[in-house]
Amino acid sequence: MSFGPFLLLALMEGLVSAAVLALMASGLSLVFGVMRVVNVAHGAFFMTGAVLAWFVAGHVPGPPVVGWLVALIIVPPLVGLLAAAVDVLVLKRLEYEPEAVIVATIGLLYILEQVALLSFGPDARPVAAPFSLRLQLPWFGYSGYKLFVVAAAGAVLLAVWLVMTRTRFGLVMRATQVDRVTARAFGINVDRVYAGTFGLGAALAAVAAVLVVPTTQVHYLMGGDPLLLSFITVIIGGLGSLRGTLVAALIIGLSDGVISMFWAPTLSKIIATLLVALVLVFRPQGLFGAKA
Amino acid sequence: MKTTLTGIAPSRRAVLTGMGAGLIAGSAGLVRPVWAQAAPLKLGFQLHATGIGASYGRWYQRTADAALKKINEAGGIGGRPVEIVYEDDGTDPARGAEVVDKLNSQHGCDLIFGTLFSHVVMGSAPRAGELKVPYLVCSEGYHVASGALNRWTLQPGITDVRSQISSMAPWVAGNLGKKVTMFFPDYAFGYDHRDFFTKAIEAQGGQVVAQIAIPPTETSYTRYFAQIPAETEVLYHVMVGPGVLTFVKELGEFYGSGAKPQLFGFIDSLEAVDTATPGLEFLEGSHFWEAHPRVKPADAGAAEGDYRAAVGVDDNGASVADAKDVATYSHMFSAWETLHFIKQTVEASGYAGVADRQKLVEAMEAVTDLPYGIERPQGAKVFNGKTHQAFGSQNISKVEGGKLVKVHTTTIDEGKYDDGVDYTTMSF
Amino acid sequence: MKGWLFHLAVLGVLAVLAVILPAYHANNLARVLVLAVFATGYNLAFGYTGMLSLGHALFFGAGMFGAALPVTLWGWGGLPVLGTGMLAGGVVAAAVGVLALRTKGVSFMIVTLMFAQAGYLTLIYCNAVTGGDQGLVLPGAARQVLGLDLTQDGSRLWLALGIYAAALAGALGLVGSRFGRVMLAMRENEERSRMLGYDPYTVKLKVLVISGLYAGLAGAAYGVFFGYAGAGFATVQYSILPMLYSLLGGAGTALGPLIGAAVMFWLIDFASGLTNAYLMLVGVVLIVVVLFAPRGILGYVRERWLPWLP
Repeated sequence: MSFGPFLLLALMEGLVSAAVLALMASGLSLVFGVMRVVNVAHGAFFMTGAVLAWFVAGHVPGPPVVGWLVALIIVPPLVGLLAAAVDVLVLKRLEYEPEAVIVATIGLLYILEQVALLSFGPDARPVAAPFSLRLQLPWFGYSGYKLFVVAAAGAVLLAVWLVMTRTRFGLVMRATQVDRVTARAFGINVDRVYAGTFGLGAALAAVAAVLVVPTTQVHYLMGGDPLLLSFITVIIGGLGSLRGTLVAALIIGLSDGVISMFWAPTLSKIIATLLVALVLVFRPQGLFGAKA
Repeated sequence: MKTTLTGIAPSRRAVLTGMGAGLIAGSAGLVRPVWAQAAPLKLGFQLHATGIGASYGRWYQRTADAALKKINEAGGIGGRPVEIVYEDDGTDPARGAEVVDKLNSQHGCDLIFGTLFSHVVMGSAPRAGELKVPYLVCSEGYHVASGALNRWTLQPGITDVRSQISSMAPWVAGNLGKKVTMFFPDYAFGYDHRDFFTKAIEAQGGQVVAQIAIPPTETSYTRYFAQIPAETEVLYHVMVGPGVLTFVKELGEFYGSGAKPQLFGFIDSLEAVDTATPGLEFLEGSHFWEAHPRVKPADAGAAEGDYRAAVGVDDNGASVADAKDVATYSHMFSAWETLHFIKQTVEASGYAGVADRQKLVEAMEAVTDLPYGIERPQGAKVFNGKTHQAFGSQNISKVEGGKLVKVHTTTIDEGKYDDGVDYTTMSF
Repeated sequence: MKGWLFHLAVLGVLAVLAVILPAYHANNLARVLVLAVFATGYNLAFGYTGMLSLGHALFFGAGMFGAALPVTLWGWGGLPVLGTGMLAGGVVAAAVGVLALRTKGVSFMIVTLMFAQAGYLTLIYCNAVTGGDQGLVLPGAARQVLGLDLTQDGSRLWLALGIYAAALAGALGLVGSRFGRVMLAMRENEERSRMLGYDPYTVKLKVLVISGLYAGLAGAAYGVFFGYAGAGFATVQYSILPMLYSLLGGAGTALGPLIGAAVMFWLIDFASGLTNAYLMLVGVVLIVVVLFAPRGILGYVRERWLPWLP
């Protein structure tokens, strides 16, 4: 394939991964920003969302689009509720001590994965795409659904941004992020904000999952790589900065796509990983983070 | 740990009371029941119940259970009932070595078999060698015949990848094309494909124009398709793990209705996956290597139907209980055939207990012909005692109407190559 | 003094266990001891100095292949390859540390994780030499150390015990020294120790290299003891394991890593006999420990009964 179309393909692929990554990472970033804790189970919430989507889509009669829409509507709130429950039952009792939360969420990660293994099984299973449109370009074909994923992710992120900046809940969250003690003094129920934030973060991972499963497959170990990538995105973007997370997702997604044009796949991964690590080394506060 | 002892109708209770009575008999000199004299032969099974190999593990267990039932119903091995102890290795080499320990030292198994993934074999075989326990793998890897392992490790139930590939190359070059681009996983058996197919196609006057190794963490493949050279006539793909279906689907989207090279895949790309899954339509007309045709061929031998019935697989290669539950049909026969190989050699060597293990391995090395029959439903095999490797015929199937239809069968000789090792000269 | 006697007693108990345990568990003890060396090194960086690293799989893998490659490439064996492995762990830790220590906290965790990921992929990429995921089998001839034949269970266990004893003594010596107090100061308050004239970067780099030497030795030992080196040992799982061992046993306690490794190992071994989903039990235990004994098992013991434990 000549260079032009090759680049176009790499950019399209990069855009798709950037969109999913942005969605996934924004959830992690919210939790990071507001609660100052690392949620290692974020990838497991993503996986749980995918498994539930598979379950729902398989039990709703009618064309694939109906099952998929139902999944999109009910799965994220379910996962969000689950996460909020974890927050109240476990994280709150740990007083959000960073190290303790890491261990507890590693434990949670194991539990969620194993529940999926027991109920869903070890096989990879597909979820039918809501529509099967294929774009035939002169050089290659491309999945129309993947482009829809980009648009949908953009819409969800816009909604999150509106919630954060235009609603009372967003205001309360930002206030808590800036100063937990003062927020409490002003009568904000910090416990409820935390539970809500943790739930919202997980729900965003679940939205990403429902969007992405038709292009990939559901598997009980599928949460690992998205977790690593979204961690990286959040850190590069600067802790707690949604705008930074978005930009970082674009950079990481696109660079991963473009780098993979020039070298063997594994070597490309090595180079992309090292590049991102070096960005952090020489700009430890991330791209948009304030100097520590 | 799960112990299975099926087949001999009253056996489980008989063994239990037999053991209890045996204890009493030992101390008080009472009457011994029959089973107390014939303690069960205990076979350890290293099972991929979790991890990346779990889809295979499930079917390996079902197949081994079916073979066990059949053998026990026919009177066991050497007159002794047989028991299989399953231990999960998580498809992980470190845990694999621990499982070898556990099966041997804690459960007291007579021998160990059943491992599929080659990195687990590599991690476990040294331990089997140290413990001097026969270790019969069902892996296809070239690790056994290459000489990397030891006197205690054998592969009698499945042809290795090098042989499979060598026998495919002439057909690919003759029927599909000579300029080949390869897609394979950047690990373990992907390297066997890379190394041996490249050589084999060159021997046919063909050429591998690109080798694209996909890293194990990858979940999306489209961007690598752009690296396929335009001159490619044949796209050779062999992928494993949860991403396989995505790989094939994305390949379909990428080529779409445009011109595309011929596709030749190893069925590993679609084991446990229904070929009629939405999104796989573009595989129509493409070819696959199969060790054991998933869809029962019209000219299948007499043993085929009995084998399917015993394992619980229908004529399409899916579970009789659930048509969506597709078998790993081209690999799992190795568990069945290996168990029958064990029966044959345990009986031939007069194996009575762990002290006879060396004698058992020597009896295994002495085996040459493994004829077709219910013991070997995949087909006749030739066993090479020097390289510890079995060789059988291979099949090529074409996807027609969403179903795999067998179109060609190779001879055993087409898959032979020069010995890379003589294990019989090594010490035990 | 009390501390030294106590640890000698612990080593004595291990020696007794080595004699009386049945074959299967004796061999597992050898594995646990090697993993405990790894975790003890990790704990120096994490528990005592406050560096939350997820890059230790790389140091462990460097040690393993630092030992295995001289065997397969040049036919070396025995003690020298344990040395090259240990050295490889230290050198790689130094290289990672020089860059990664420009960051701290969660960023440090991510940067070390990414270097380790790149290292793992490099092992895969160089599969012509490393065997990649499939790995390398080390021949018995290369597995002779100081006249001990490591293909034999007995000699393997005694050497493992010896290495662990040395690692424990080293850690106790380090923690008890002047430098050990500087390490603790870094963990407790980096800014204040900077004002006292200690350069956090240099101190942490030194500790990370020592920790890398431990990980390298453990990786080399695991490879040589059990005859196999594979890229799977450089996956992120092997960074998480020593952290879990340390946290479970008690971060910042000398024996915590050993206790954590032992509990976790036997817990998995036991649970895998009950269910395929044995990691679920591990998950539950982690949450229970962090809820009810947040300082780990030994941290709990120290708080309640033995305040003098190092």
